[in-house]
Amino acid sequence: MGFFSRFLIPNPSPVIYSSMVAIGVTVLLIIVGLTHFKKWFFLWSGWLTTVDHKRIGIMYLISALLMLFRGGVDAVMMRAQLAVPDNKLLDSQHYNEIFSTHGVVMILFMAMPYIMALMNFVVPLQIGARDVAFPRLNAISFWLFFMGAMLFNISFVIGGSPDAGWTSYFPLAGNEFSPHVGTNYYMIGIQIAGIGTLMTGINFLTTILKMRAPGMTLMKMPMFTWSALVTSIIIIFAFPVLTVALIMGTMDRLFATKFFTMTEGGMDMLWANLFWVWGHPEVYILILPAFGLFSEIIPTFSRRNLYGYRSMVASMVFISIYSFFVWTHHFFTMGQAAYVNSIFSITTMVIAIPTGIKIFNWLFTMWKGRIRFTVPMLYSIGFIPLFTIGGVTGVMLAMSAADYQYHNTMFLVAHFHNVIIPGVVFAVLGAGTYYWPKMFGFMLNERIGKWAFWFLTIGFCLAFFPMYITGLDGQARRIYTYSESTGFGPLNMISFIGATLMAISFVLIVYTIYYSIRHAPRDVSDDPWDARSLEWATHNPVPEYNFAIIPQVNSRETFWDAKYKGHELFKGDYEKIHMPNNSGVPFIMSCIFFVFGFALVFSIWFLAIIGLIGIFVCMAHRSFEIDHGHYISVEEIKETEAKFGGVNKWK
Amino acid sequence: MEIDHSQPLEYSTEQNRLNILGFWIFLGAEIMLFATLFASYFTLVDRTGNGPTGAEIFEITPVLAETFLLLTSSFVIGLGIHAMRLGNKKAMLTFFVITLLLGLGFLGFEITEFITYYHEGATLQTSAFTSMLFTTLGTHGAHVTLGLFWGFFIILQVKKRGLTPETANKSFIFSLYWHFLDIVWIFIFTFIYMKGMT
Amino acid sequence: MKTKWVLLAILSTIVNVLSGCESLAVLDPKGPQAQTQANVIWLSIAIMAVIVIVVCAILVFVLTKYRDSKLPKEYEPPYIEGNHVVETIIVGVPILIVIFFSVVSVISNNKVEATPEGYKGQDPLIIYASSSDWKWHFSYPENDIETVNYLYIPTNRPLEFKLYSFGPITSFWIPQLGGQKYAMSNMVTTLHLAADESGEMMGRNANFSGKGFAENTFHVEAMSQDKFDEWVKEVKETAKPITEVRFKELLKPGHEGQLTFTGTHLDFSSAPEGENAGHHHGSSDSNANSKGEHMEHDQEKSAHNHE
Repeated sequence: MGFFSRFLIPNPSPVIYSSMVAIGVTVLLIIVGLTHFKKWFFLWSGWLTTVDHKRIGIMYLISALLMLFRGGVDAVMMRAQLAVPDNKLLDSQHYNEIFSTHGVVMILFMAMPYIMALMNFVVPLQIGARDVAFPRLNAISFWLFFMGAMLFNISFVIGGSPDAGWTSYFPLAGNEFSPHVGTNYYMIGIQIAGIGTLMTGINFLTTILKMRAPGMTLMKMPMFTWSALVTSIIIIFAFPVLTVALIMGTMDRLFATKFFTMTEGGMDMLWANLFWVWGHPEVYILILPAFGLFSEIIPTFSRRNLYGYRSMVASMVFISIYSFFVWTHHFFTMGQAAYVNSIFSITTMVIAIPTGIKIFNWLFTMWKGRIRFTVPMLYSIGFIPLFTIGGVTGVMLAMSAADYQYHNTMFLVAHFHNVIIPGVVFAVLGAGTYYWPKMFGFMLNERIGKWAFWFLTIGFCLAFFPMYITGLDGQARRIYTYSESTGFGPLNMISFIGATLMAISFVLIVYTIYYSIRHAPRDVSDDPWDARSLEWATHNPVPEYNFAIIPQVNSRETFWDAKYKGHELFKGDYEKIHMPNNSGVPFIMSCIFFVFGFALVFSIWFLAIIGLIGIFVCMAHRSFEIDHGHYISVEEIKETEAKFGGVNKWK
Repeated sequence: MEIDHSQPLEYSTEQNRLNILGFWIFLGAEIMLFATLFASYFTLVDRTGNGPTGAEIFEITPVLAETFLLLTSSFVIGLGIHAMRLGNKKAMLTFFVITLLLGLGFLGFEITEFITYYHEGATLQTSAFTSMLFTTLGTHGAHVTLGLFWGFFIILQVKKRGLTPETANKSFIFSLYWHFLDIVWIFIFTFIYMKGMT
Repeated sequence: MKTKWVLLAILSTIVNVLSGCESLAVLDPKGPQAQTQANVIWLSIAIMAVIVIVVCAILVFVLTKYRDSKLPKEYEPPYIEGNHVVETIIVGVPILIVIFFSVVSVISNNKVEATPEGYKGQDPLIIYASSSDWKWHFSYPENDIETVNYLYIPTNRPLEFKLYSFGPITSFWIPQLGGQKYAMSNMVTTLHLAADESGEMMGRNANFSGKGFAENTFHVEAMSQDKFDEWVKEVKETAKPITEVRFKELLKPGHEGQLTFTGTHLDFSSAPEGENAGHHHGSSDSNANSKGEHMEHDQEKSAHNHE
């Protein structure tokens, strides 16, 4: 009994019990469904073992949508709890768990994979490559992320969720103040997913540096690929810091080391520093690809080239370097000397300059264009004013003296949602719609999509703008309740209404997908948006080998040139194509990682050791394996191309 | 797989070139990892709580022995790669085996060193300083241990399959890894031991 | 027509919000530090509003002028690489703004990190504010008294808060007097405040610290020096001394009402500053206390007891 009692939830509630039942039923339904429709083999050979960057991208996308649901439910529950003063919907412990998981899930398991989904799907197509540099590693990246996310997510039905905030500051997150296993889940779940992310960074940097189509110099790369390149570099420099921080945190919790303890020289401030040395670049890991996506969408629907390409690239590179020199602004109030705050205050504000350049470049891209108001474009247009508000409040927060008043308040909460939602979420939703035909061969319904956009935008404004005001009125973040005398009530109610609208928007997005699967015509052309970059030069949906013939690049908008200026994109004849083989090892190894992580969370040492051995066996297997991939013959290519109506010469 | 014979064997295919670049990038991430460990070490080095300080527990002899072994092994693996470039499989294997034996020796000394510290009352749990010391050294040691297995696998493969573009590629990448561990050790030696003893 | 209504609605909201702002805690300062911060906030809101308006104006202009449906059929957008003049402006103007804000930031930052202006040269009242789950302990070494969860301060005298924590990181915050600062377990941080006028204020821990965080607030009352001295005198007459045993009991997680003691806990449990910083926290337990036998009953008092 002693052994099993550790798996119980320390603070159970009807919500959690019903979630357990719901999860159980869903899993059962999936298993029955797969068996009934005889889809096990399809699932295994088509998806679980795939190394195809497009399928991996789609799996990232599905995971991200699932996690958006999870994080969104958390968010609505929080807003509901705070909608009226002295609400009894949730208790303190419950609320703490919810905002902790909301943060982690939304940043690491929703926004990151959503970005990864688009990077995976789009980047190799944009540079005219057949896959990424290390397809097998790519599969490992995905499955490690997925297993890390799942490990984190089961916390609320087995053992209890983390409750020390998404920043998990010590000593609060230490054993003394967070005795149950929740924070172990945090440390280990993020660690596993983080390793996957690091591998993705290495993979994409190599891919972009070495596998571009002939003629595509660095300064001819599409802007999204540029952003993926810069992001990969940030990942490579930032994530090891997180790795170390999490190792130290894990050891403090599992092995009673003294890194962040209150005794024996432990230093709580070290955690905060390490966390934000990773955490701030992480913000740019999310936002730069989002910028890249907007830089693809806006030119397409303005029917114009991207204004100020060079300054776009320069500003991104500048931001990526600078992102490592601002972390202290997350804790101006930690008592460091005034001059330290001054320095970081200035470095932080300086980041606004390149960001401002980008905003104006997008505006000038639309200027003299021919603007079409499609769903992706609506998200991009909505992004500009809303993100500007988020940006300027960021500059306000950067002023350290004033930050003493904003810090830890709803003002801060409003600010970072105001950059992340219009910035990242709008980008991935817009780009998701934009690339949907590329992924699945049909378009998403525009009408429902526009409804979803308006619900999201209005909901967003209602949900977050009042927080600026309550923050200035002294409402601290992360409080689970407040008394009526504070006067926070009405504005929090507006926030709740906004959150509801956003939830409706999510339902509409899911409904668009459902509706379009059922009703959308399947005969979209290869270039439904009249786009400008290389990924649209191949078929919809994209064949396994991406391009039957590797394209020749002559400018930043090769595809546009091919369509309207007579550039010859595909020269020469079909040749046999080398492709990597599928493998089950990434999936199996990640499952073992899951078991290993689970064992660590609950300190089941024998299982952890077995898991560790299993991981090394998988690595050894990889070392000894001989895998030369396979070839797609010219006949097969001809057959596939014939089905799509032949290689489109775009003349 | 197209083989480009104008290049050394380890660079001869496209995938090989990708692998080598990818591994260099991975080493970039590893540099950040150790840099973070060092930065944390410098932060916590004086926070000894009730435990001993570095000057109280460090001993020069085993550390010098470890340094000598690892530096030599790094030199020997360089010879191994040179032999590989000349196509001398036997010499290469011999040098690789010596490398791993030296690595094993290093590890042996490090383990005894840890045991000594343990008996002197400096355990993983003693203070922020000792936690950090063991974690930094331990991370390096774990890298060496992993390298021993990896190198052993490569020796087996070269022995069985001969010098092919794949095995040459793996051997070369392994040598990069091993040199990297050597460089990290030089930093450990200088900034943890030398600085700590004075 | 539709847009007009929207604009009107937005305008009325802005007016309403701005008129309501005066009553927001942060923008209703009662001391010089909060005043400095409120000034910075107002200044930045104003300039930032201009930037937002400019961006929105350009956006609206572009969207109305270059929308597909409004353009002649044969219109084909030109290829424009970029323009040096335009790029210089979009780089130059933000740089000027950032330089301006940097100067403002550095000046205001040094202001709030020092004894408040106009109070220089005065001897500050030093108050140790330490937090434990989920309470605040205020020690007045000068007056040799200690309170829990309420803070009385004299007006027109600089205050120097020495902050530290017996548990998780907390953040000491009295919005109307000035911004917050962390209280941590192995370091003492200093916060300079002062109150210009007397009155009641809300203070709280702003940094999440676990289960009881939401209720981790304290009551602040600023009063004239005379009244403050009177209060101190009364406390000395009526309150019981704080003992190590009683203090340890107080440190246990939970909420307490407002408590008052004579003496301060600093006498037997020194703050983590100077030679006590960051070391030997755990070992102080061993000095068993001798006063353990006389357990005290505290003077429980309600918030309005003294006014």
